Amino acid sequence: MATVMIDLKRLGDVKAPAGFAERVLAQAGMADSYAVFDTVLGPVYVAWNRLGVSAAMRSKSSAEFESWFRKDVGRQLVRVDPPADLAAKIEDQLEGRRRLRFDLRGLTSFSQAVLSKTLEIPRGQVRPYGWIAREIGHPAAVRAVGTALANNPIPYFIPCHRVIRSDGVIGNYGGGGPEAKKNILTLEGVQLKRLQQLARAGFRYEGVRSTKVFCFPTCYHGRAAKEQNIVQFHSEQEAYSAGYRPCKHCRPAVVA
Amino acid sequence: MEGTERVFERLVHEHQHRVYALSLALTGNRHDAEDVAQDTFLRAYRALATYPPDRIRELKQKAWLHRIAVNVVRNRVRGVRPSLVELNGNEPSLSSGPEDDVMRKAEIDELAARVACLPARYREAVVLRHVQDLSYAEVAEALGQPVGTVKANVHRGLKILRGENHGDGDD
Repeated sequence: MATVMIDLKRLGDVKAPAGFAERVLAQAGMADSYAVFDTVLGPVYVAWNRLGVSAAMRSKSSAEFESWFRKDVGRQLVRVDPPADLAAKIEDQLEGRRRLRFDLRGLTSFSQAVLSKTLEIPRGQVRPYGWIAREIGHPAAVRAVGTALANNPIPYFIPCHRVIRSDGVIGNYGGGGPEAKKNILTLEGVQLKRLQQLARAGFRYEGVRSTKVFCFPTCYHGRAAKEQNIVQFHSEQEAYSAGYRPCKHCRPAVVA
Repeated sequence: MEGTERVFERLVHEHQHRVYALSLALTGNRHDAEDVAQDTFLRAYRALATYPPDRIRELKQKAWLHRIAVNVVRNRVRGVRPSLVELNGNEPSLSSGPEDDVMRKAEIDELAARVACLPARYREAVVLRHVQDLSYAEVAEALGQPVGTVKANVHRGLKILRGENHGDGDD
Protein backbone atom coordinates (compact mmCIF):
# COMPACT_ATOMS: atom_id res chain seq x y z
CA MET A 1 0.00 0.00 0.00
CA ALA A 2 2.56 2.52 1.14
CA THR A 3 5.06 1.94 -1.67
CA VAL A 4 2.46 2.37 -4.39
CA MET A 5 1.42 5.67 -2.90
CA ILE A 6 4.99 6.90 -2.53
CA ASP A 7 5.62 5.97 -6.15
CA LEU A 8 2.52 7.84 -7.23
CA LYS A 9 3.72 10.93 -5.36
CA ARG A 10 6.97 10.78 -7.33
CA LEU A 11 4.94 10.72 -10.50
CA GLY A 12 3.41 13.98 -9.32
CA ASP A 13 6.84 15.56 -8.95
CA VAL A 14 7.60 15.24 -12.67
CA LYS A 15 8.62 18.55 -14.19
CA ALA A 16 7.43 19.83 -17.53
CA PRO A 17 10.18 19.63 -20.18
CA ALA A 18 12.37 22.65 -20.84
CA GLY A 19 10.69 25.29 -22.98
CA PHE A 20 7.21 23.92 -22.35
CA ALA A 21 5.76 27.17 -21.00
CA GLU A 22 7.22 29.11 -23.93
CA ARG A 23 5.75 26.65 -26.42
CA VAL A 24 2.34 27.07 -24.83
CA LEU A 25 2.62 30.85 -24.96
CA ALA A 26 3.73 30.61 -28.60
CA GLN A 27 0.67 28.53 -29.43
CA ALA A 28 -1.58 31.05 -27.75
CA GLY A 29 -0.04 33.69 -30.00
CA MET A 30 1.73 35.45 -27.14
CA ALA A 31 5.23 34.54 -28.25
CA ASP A 32 6.80 33.94 -31.62
CA SER A 33 8.74 30.82 -32.53
CA TYR A 34 12.00 30.91 -34.37
CA ALA A 35 14.57 28.64 -35.94
CA VAL A 36 17.58 29.06 -38.15
CA PHE A 37 17.30 27.92 -41.75
CA ASP A 38 19.89 27.19 -44.38
CA THR A 39 18.86 29.15 -47.44
CA VAL A 40 20.34 30.24 -50.74
CA LEU A 41 21.48 33.31 -48.83
CA GLY A 42 23.20 31.28 -46.14
CA PRO A 43 21.83 30.71 -42.63
CA VAL A 44 18.89 32.99 -41.84
CA TYR A 45 17.08 33.30 -38.51
CA VAL A 46 13.33 33.30 -39.10
CA ALA A 47 10.58 34.04 -36.56
CA TRP A 48 6.91 33.26 -37.09
CA ASN A 49 3.57 32.99 -35.30
CA ARG A 50 -0.03 32.12 -36.13
CA LEU A 51 -0.36 35.08 -38.47
CA GLY A 52 2.73 34.34 -40.53
CA VAL A 53 6.43 35.10 -40.73
CA SER A 54 7.20 37.99 -38.39
CA ALA A 55 10.95 38.56 -38.74
CA ALA A 56 14.04 37.38 -40.56
CA MET A 57 17.66 38.32 -40.05
CA ARG A 58 21.11 37.04 -40.88
CA SER A 59 22.25 37.30 -37.28
CA LYS A 60 25.57 36.02 -36.04
CA SER A 61 24.07 34.09 -33.15
CA SER A 62 20.79 33.11 -31.50
CA ALA A 63 21.50 35.59 -28.74
CA GLU A 64 21.93 38.43 -31.24
CA PHE A 65 18.72 37.52 -33.04
CA GLU A 66 16.74 37.19 -29.82
CA SER A 67 17.84 40.50 -28.40
CA TRP A 68 17.19 42.27 -31.70
CA PHE A 69 13.72 40.74 -31.94
CA ARG A 70 12.72 41.58 -28.36
CA LYS A 71 13.87 45.17 -28.78
CA ASP A 72 12.54 45.73 -32.29
CA VAL A 73 9.35 43.66 -32.37
CA GLY A 74 8.73 43.62 -28.64
CA ARG A 75 7.34 40.11 -28.17
CA GLN A 76 8.67 36.97 -26.49
CA LEU A 77 10.61 34.56 -28.64
CA VAL A 78 11.03 30.78 -28.38
CA ARG A 79 13.47 28.64 -30.25
CA VAL A 80 11.72 25.53 -31.56
CA ASP A 81 12.18 22.66 -33.95
CA PRO A 82 10.58 24.04 -37.12
CA PRO A 83 7.50 22.31 -38.57
CA ALA A 84 8.58 19.73 -41.14
CA ASP A 85 7.32 21.69 -44.14
CA LEU A 86 8.57 25.13 -43.15
CA ALA A 87 12.08 24.82 -44.59
CA ALA A 88 10.65 23.92 -47.99
CA LYS A 89 8.14 26.79 -47.79
CA ILE A 90 10.91 29.24 -47.00
CA GLU A 91 13.00 27.95 -49.87
CA ASP A 92 10.00 28.38 -52.18
CA GLN A 93 9.39 31.88 -50.93
CA LEU A 94 12.99 32.98 -51.50
CA GLU A 95 12.97 31.39 -54.96
CA GLY A 96 9.77 33.21 -55.82
CA ARG A 97 7.56 30.14 -56.15
CA ARG A 98 5.26 30.96 -53.26
CA ARG A 99 3.97 33.80 -51.17
CA LEU A 100 4.03 33.24 -47.43
CA ARG A 101 1.83 35.14 -45.02
CA PHE A 102 3.45 37.85 -42.93
CA ASP A 103 2.69 39.35 -39.56
CA LEU A 104 3.23 43.11 -39.83
CA ARG A 105 1.36 44.10 -36.66
CA GLY A 106 3.17 46.75 -34.70
CA LEU A 107 4.29 48.64 -37.80
CA THR A 108 2.66 51.92 -38.81
CA SER A 109 0.04 51.71 -41.53
CA PHE A 110 2.42 53.65 -43.78
CA SER A 111 5.18 51.06 -43.29
CA GLN A 112 2.68 48.27 -43.85
CA ALA A 113 1.59 49.88 -47.11
CA VAL A 114 5.21 50.26 -48.23
CA LEU A 115 6.04 46.63 -47.44
CA SER A 116 2.87 45.26 -49.04
CA LYS A 117 3.64 47.21 -52.19
CA THR A 118 7.23 45.94 -52.15
CA LEU A 119 5.88 42.40 -52.16
CA GLU A 120 4.38 43.09 -55.58
CA ILE A 121 7.77 43.65 -57.23
CA PRO A 122 8.51 40.47 -59.17
CA ARG A 123 11.74 38.57 -58.75
CA GLY A 124 14.40 39.76 -61.18
CA GLN A 125 13.02 43.29 -61.34
CA VAL A 126 13.69 46.52 -59.48
CA ARG A 127 11.74 49.71 -58.83
CA PRO A 128 12.77 53.17 -57.64
CA TYR A 129 11.77 54.45 -54.20
CA GLY A 130 9.58 57.08 -55.86
CA TRP A 131 7.54 54.35 -57.53
CA ILE A 132 6.54 52.89 -54.16
CA ALA A 133 5.70 56.35 -52.84
CA ARG A 134 3.46 57.10 -55.82
CA GLU A 135 1.79 53.68 -55.84
CA ILE A 136 0.74 53.90 -52.19
CA GLY A 137 -0.67 57.39 -52.68
CA HIS A 138 2.08 59.45 -51.02
CA PRO A 139 4.12 60.62 -54.02
CA ALA A 140 6.15 63.13 -51.97
CA ALA A 141 7.11 60.68 -49.21
CA VAL A 142 10.11 59.18 -50.99
CA ARG A 143 12.40 59.52 -47.98
CA ALA A 144 9.81 58.02 -45.65
CA VAL A 145 9.64 55.05 -48.03
CA GLY A 146 13.39 54.67 -47.68
CA THR A 147 13.12 54.70 -43.89
CA ALA A 148 10.28 52.17 -43.87
CA LEU A 149 12.29 49.83 -46.11
CA ALA A 150 15.44 50.28 -44.04
CA ASN A 151 13.46 49.11 -41.00
CA ASN A 152 11.90 46.16 -42.82
CA PRO A 153 11.76 43.43 -40.13
CA ILE A 154 11.52 40.68 -42.75
CA PRO A 155 14.21 41.39 -45.39
CA TYR A 156 14.76 38.77 -48.13
CA PHE A 157 11.13 37.64 -47.68
CA ILE A 158 9.71 41.09 -48.25
CA PRO A 159 12.08 42.05 -51.06
CA CYS A 160 13.21 45.53 -50.05
CA HIS A 161 16.40 44.76 -51.98
CA ARG A 162 14.33 45.21 -55.18
CA VAL A 163 13.91 48.91 -54.46
CA ILE A 164 16.83 51.04 -55.67
CA ARG A 165 17.49 54.70 -56.34
CA SER A 166 16.31 56.06 -59.68
CA ASP A 167 19.86 57.21 -60.50
CA GLY A 168 20.94 53.56 -60.42
CA VAL A 169 22.81 53.72 -57.12
CA ILE A 170 22.06 50.50 -55.28
CA GLY A 171 21.70 52.26 -51.95
CA ASN A 172 22.12 50.95 -48.47
CA TYR A 173 20.60 47.72 -47.28
CA GLY A 174 19.60 46.68 -43.79
CA GLY A 175 20.03 43.02 -44.68
CA GLY A 176 23.82 43.22 -44.94
CA GLY A 177 24.94 46.40 -46.70
CA PRO A 178 25.09 47.35 -50.42
CA GLU A 179 27.24 44.35 -51.33
CA ALA A 180 24.63 41.93 -49.99
CA LYS A 181 21.96 43.83 -51.90
CA LYS A 182 23.94 43.49 -55.14
CA ASN A 183 24.54 39.80 -54.53
CA ILE A 184 20.88 39.05 -53.94
CA LEU A 185 19.79 41.00 -57.00
CA THR A 186 22.35 39.19 -59.15
CA LEU A 187 21.15 35.89 -57.70
CA GLU A 188 17.65 36.84 -58.77
CA GLY A 189 18.77 37.50 -62.33
CA VAL A 190 18.94 41.31 -62.44
CA GLN A 191 21.58 42.51 -64.92
CA LEU A 192 23.08 45.10 -62.64
CA LYS A 193 25.85 46.21 -65.00
CA ARG A 194 23.44 47.04 -67.78
CA LEU A 195 21.06 48.70 -65.37
CA GLN A 196 23.77 50.94 -63.97
CA GLN A 197 25.10 51.84 -67.43
CA LEU A 198 21.63 53.04 -68.37
CA ALA A 199 21.27 54.95 -65.12
CA ARG A 200 24.66 56.63 -65.56
CA ALA A 201 23.61 57.77 -69.03
CA GLY A 202 20.48 59.24 -67.45
CA PHE A 203 18.07 56.77 -68.99
CA ARG A 204 15.23 55.70 -66.71
CA TYR A 205 12.87 53.96 -69.09
CA GLU A 206 12.98 51.73 -72.11
CA GLY A 207 10.38 51.58 -74.85
CA VAL A 208 9.73 49.16 -77.69
CA ARG A 209 9.27 50.69 -81.13
CA SER A 210 6.70 48.21 -82.36
CA THR A 211 4.35 48.43 -79.39
CA LYS A 212 4.98 52.05 -78.38
CA VAL A 213 5.00 50.99 -74.71
CA PHE A 214 7.64 52.14 -72.23
CA CYS A 215 8.74 50.23 -69.12
CA PHE A 216 11.25 50.20 -66.30
CA PRO A 217 14.39 48.58 -67.75
CA THR A 218 13.96 45.38 -65.73
CA CYS A 219 10.29 44.88 -66.62
CA TYR A 220 9.56 41.46 -68.00
CA HIS A 221 7.45 42.87 -70.82
CA GLY A 222 10.25 44.51 -72.76
CA ARG A 223 12.68 41.65 -72.80
CA ALA A 224 11.48 39.79 -75.86
CA ALA A 225 12.13 42.77 -78.10
CA LYS A 226 15.16 42.84 -80.36
CA GLU A 227 17.98 45.15 -79.29
CA GLN A 228 17.55 47.44 -82.32
CA ASN A 229 13.86 47.96 -81.51
CA ILE A 230 14.50 49.27 -78.03
CA VAL A 231 14.64 52.99 -77.31
CA GLN A 232 15.70 54.71 -74.12
CA PHE A 233 14.03 57.67 -72.45
CA HIS A 234 15.26 60.10 -69.82
CA SER A 235 11.80 60.91 -68.52
CA GLU A 236 8.12 60.13 -68.82
CA GLN A 237 7.57 63.39 -70.70
CA GLU A 238 10.12 62.35 -73.30
CA ALA A 239 8.38 59.01 -73.72
CA TYR A 240 4.94 60.58 -73.96
CA SER A 241 6.03 63.12 -76.54
CA ALA A 242 7.51 60.29 -78.62
CA GLY A 243 4.02 58.76 -78.63
CA TYR A 244 4.63 55.99 -76.08
CA ARG A 245 2.31 54.92 -73.26
CA PRO A 246 3.36 53.49 -69.89
CA CYS A 247 3.40 49.71 -69.40
CA LYS A 248 0.42 48.40 -67.46
CA HIS A 249 2.53 45.84 -65.60
CA CYS A 250 5.46 47.79 -64.20
CA ARG A 251 3.55 51.11 -64.25
CA PRO A 252 6.48 53.52 -64.79
CA ALA A 253 3.92 56.34 -64.73
CA VAL A 254 0.27 56.63 -63.79
CA VAL A 255 -1.64 54.67 -66.39
CA ALA A 256 -4.26 56.94 -67.86
CA MET B 1 -7.26 41.91 -23.91
CA GLU B 2 -4.02 42.83 -22.18
CA GLY B 3 -5.25 41.68 -18.76
CA THR B 4 -6.16 38.20 -19.94
CA GLU B 5 -2.74 37.69 -21.47
CA ARG B 6 -1.01 38.65 -18.23
CA VAL B 7 -3.26 36.30 -16.23
CA PHE B 8 -2.62 33.50 -18.69
CA GLU B 9 1.14 33.97 -18.66
CA ARG B 10 1.17 33.69 -14.88
CA LEU B 11 -1.17 30.71 -15.01
CA VAL B 12 1.16 28.85 -17.38
CA HIS B 13 4.29 29.52 -15.35
CA GLU B 14 2.65 28.68 -12.06
CA HIS B 15 0.90 25.47 -13.09
CA GLN B 16 2.98 24.06 -15.96
CA HIS B 17 4.65 21.31 -13.93
CA ARG B 18 1.45 20.29 -12.17
CA VAL B 19 -0.49 20.08 -15.42
CA TYR B 20 2.30 18.23 -17.18
CA ALA B 21 2.63 15.68 -14.37
CA LEU B 22 -1.13 15.17 -14.46
CA SER B 23 -1.09 14.69 -18.23
CA LEU B 24 1.78 12.20 -17.99
CA ALA B 25 -0.03 10.15 -15.35
CA LEU B 26 -3.26 10.16 -17.36
CA THR B 27 -1.76 9.33 -20.76
CA GLY B 28 1.20 7.16 -19.77
CA ASN B 29 3.80 8.61 -22.12
CA ARG B 30 5.65 11.89 -22.48
CA HIS B 31 4.66 12.54 -26.06
CA ASP B 32 0.92 12.47 -25.40
CA ALA B 33 1.51 14.22 -22.08
CA GLU B 34 2.94 17.28 -23.82
CA ASP B 35 0.03 17.32 -26.27
CA VAL B 36 -2.55 17.07 -23.51
CA ALA B 37 -0.84 19.65 -21.32
CA GLN B 38 -0.60 22.11 -24.23
CA ASP B 39 -4.22 21.50 -25.16
CA THR B 40 -5.26 22.06 -21.58
CA PHE B 41 -3.62 25.47 -21.44
CA LEU B 42 -4.91 26.49 -24.85
CA ARG B 43 -8.47 25.64 -23.82
CA ALA B 44 -7.93 27.58 -20.64
CA TYR B 45 -6.70 30.52 -22.71
CA ARG B 46 -9.75 30.47 -24.96
CA ALA B 47 -12.05 30.23 -21.96
CA LEU B 48 -10.29 33.07 -20.11
CA ALA B 49 -10.82 35.33 -23.08
CA THR B 50 -14.58 34.97 -22.69
CA TYR B 51 -14.75 35.30 -18.88
CA PRO B 52 -15.64 38.59 -17.20
CA PRO B 53 -12.90 39.97 -14.90
CA ASP B 54 -14.59 39.03 -11.61
CA ARG B 55 -15.03 35.44 -12.74
CA ILE B 56 -11.30 35.31 -13.55
CA ARG B 57 -10.47 36.71 -10.12
CA GLU B 58 -12.56 34.15 -8.29
CA LEU B 59 -11.37 31.23 -10.38
CA LYS B 60 -9.95 28.27 -8.44
CA GLN B 61 -7.19 27.83 -10.97
CA LYS B 62 -5.87 24.49 -9.77
CA ALA B 63 -9.20 22.66 -9.70
CA TRP B 64 -10.24 24.33 -12.95
CA LEU B 65 -7.11 23.23 -14.83
CA HIS B 66 -7.45 19.67 -13.50
CA ARG B 67 -10.98 19.52 -14.76
CA ILE B 68 -9.96 20.78 -18.20
CA ALA B 69 -7.08 18.29 -18.43
CA VAL B 70 -9.32 15.36 -17.49
CA ASN B 71 -11.78 16.43 -20.19
CA VAL B 72 -9.01 16.79 -22.78
CA VAL B 73 -7.90 13.23 -22.07
CA ARG B 74 -11.46 11.90 -22.15
CA ASN B 75 -12.08 13.52 -25.53
CA ARG B 76 -8.84 12.22 -26.97
CA VAL B 77 -9.51 8.69 -25.79
CA ARG B 78 -12.81 8.76 -27.61
CA GLY B 79 -10.90 9.31 -30.83
CA VAL B 80 -7.73 7.24 -30.46
CA ARG B 81 -6.55 4.90 -27.76
CA PRO B 82 -3.45 6.30 -26.10
CA SER B 83 -0.36 4.48 -27.21
CA LEU B 84 0.97 2.86 -24.07
CA VAL B 85 4.51 2.27 -25.14
CA GLU B 86 6.57 4.83 -26.97
CA LEU B 87 8.82 2.59 -29.05
CA ASN B 88 10.63 5.14 -31.17
CA GLY B 89 11.16 7.57 -28.29
CA ASN B 90 11.46 10.51 -30.63
CA GLU B 91 10.85 13.21 -28.06
CA PRO B 92 13.99 15.17 -27.24
CA SER B 93 15.78 13.62 -24.29
CA LEU B 94 16.31 16.82 -22.40
CA SER B 95 18.24 15.48 -19.46
CA SER B 96 20.98 13.45 -21.07
CA GLY B 97 22.69 13.71 -17.75
CA PRO B 98 24.09 11.12 -15.33
CA GLU B 99 22.94 7.54 -15.42
CA ASP B 100 20.74 7.54 -12.34
CA ASP B 101 18.83 10.44 -13.91
CA VAL B 102 18.10 8.23 -16.89
CA MET B 103 17.20 5.38 -14.55
CA ARG B 104 14.81 7.54 -12.61
CA LYS B 105 13.25 8.78 -15.81
CA ALA B 106 12.76 5.20 -17.02
CA GLU B 107 11.16 4.21 -13.71
CA ILE B 108 8.81 7.16 -13.86
CA ASP B 109 7.89 6.33 -17.45
CA GLU B 110 7.17 2.73 -16.53
CA LEU B 111 5.02 3.78 -13.61
CA ALA B 112 3.14 6.28 -15.77
CA ALA B 113 2.50 3.56 -18.35
CA ARG B 114 1.16 1.25 -15.63
CA VAL B 115 -1.17 3.93 -14.31
CA ALA B 116 -2.35 4.64 -17.84
CA CYS B 117 -3.42 0.98 -18.14
CA LEU B 118 -6.06 1.44 -15.42
CA PRO B 119 -9.64 1.79 -16.58
CA ALA B 120 -10.42 5.48 -17.05
CA ARG B 121 -12.67 5.97 -14.02
CA TYR B 122 -10.13 4.41 -11.63
CA ARG B 123 -7.22 6.14 -13.32
CA GLU B 124 -8.71 9.64 -13.05
CA ALA B 125 -9.55 9.15 -9.37
CA VAL B 126 -6.19 7.65 -8.41
CA VAL B 127 -4.18 10.25 -10.32
CA LEU B 128 -6.00 13.25 -8.93
CA ARG B 129 -5.97 11.93 -5.36
CA HIS B 130 -2.49 10.42 -5.09
CA VAL B 131 -0.39 11.86 -7.92
CA GLN B 132 -1.74 15.39 -7.71
CA ASP B 133 -2.48 15.19 -4.00
CA LEU B 134 -5.94 16.74 -4.16
CA SER B 135 -8.37 16.14 -1.29
CA TYR B 136 -11.33 13.81 -1.90
CA ALA B 137 -13.60 16.84 -2.02
CA GLU B 138 -11.42 18.50 -4.67
CA VAL B 139 -11.25 15.33 -6.74
CA ALA B 140 -15.01 14.96 -6.54
CA GLU B 141 -15.43 18.54 -7.77
CA ALA B 142 -12.93 18.17 -10.60
CA LEU B 143 -14.53 14.95 -11.83
CA GLY B 144 -18.10 15.99 -11.17
CA GLN B 145 -18.73 12.84 -9.12
CA PRO B 146 -19.95 12.20 -5.54
CA VAL B 147 -17.19 11.82 -2.94
CA GLY B 148 -18.22 8.23 -2.19
CA THR B 149 -17.80 7.22 -5.82
CA VAL B 150 -14.36 8.82 -5.90
CA LYS B 151 -13.26 7.01 -2.74
CA ALA B 152 -14.39 3.66 -4.10
CA ASN B 153 -12.66 4.27 -7.45
CA VAL B 154 -9.41 5.31 -5.78
CA HIS B 155 -9.52 2.21 -3.63
CA ARG B 156 -10.10 -0.13 -6.56
CA GLY B 157 -7.51 1.58 -8.68
CA LEU B 158 -4.83 1.26 -6.00
CA LYS B 159 -5.73 -2.38 -5.58
CA ILE B 160 -5.10 -3.06 -9.24
CA LEU B 161 -1.80 -1.17 -9.11
CA ARG B 162 -0.68 -3.28 -6.16
CA GLY B 163 -1.46 -6.33 -8.19
CA GLU B 164 -4.36 -7.54 -6.06
CA ASN B 165 -6.70 -7.72 -8.97
CA HIS B 166 -8.50 -10.86 -7.81
CA GLY B 167 -11.65 -9.91 -6.00
CA ASP B 168 -13.29 -6.69 -6.99
CA GLY B 169 -16.06 -5.92 -4.60
CA ASP B 170 -14.90 -5.98 -1.04
CA ASP B 171 -14.61 -2.59 0.52
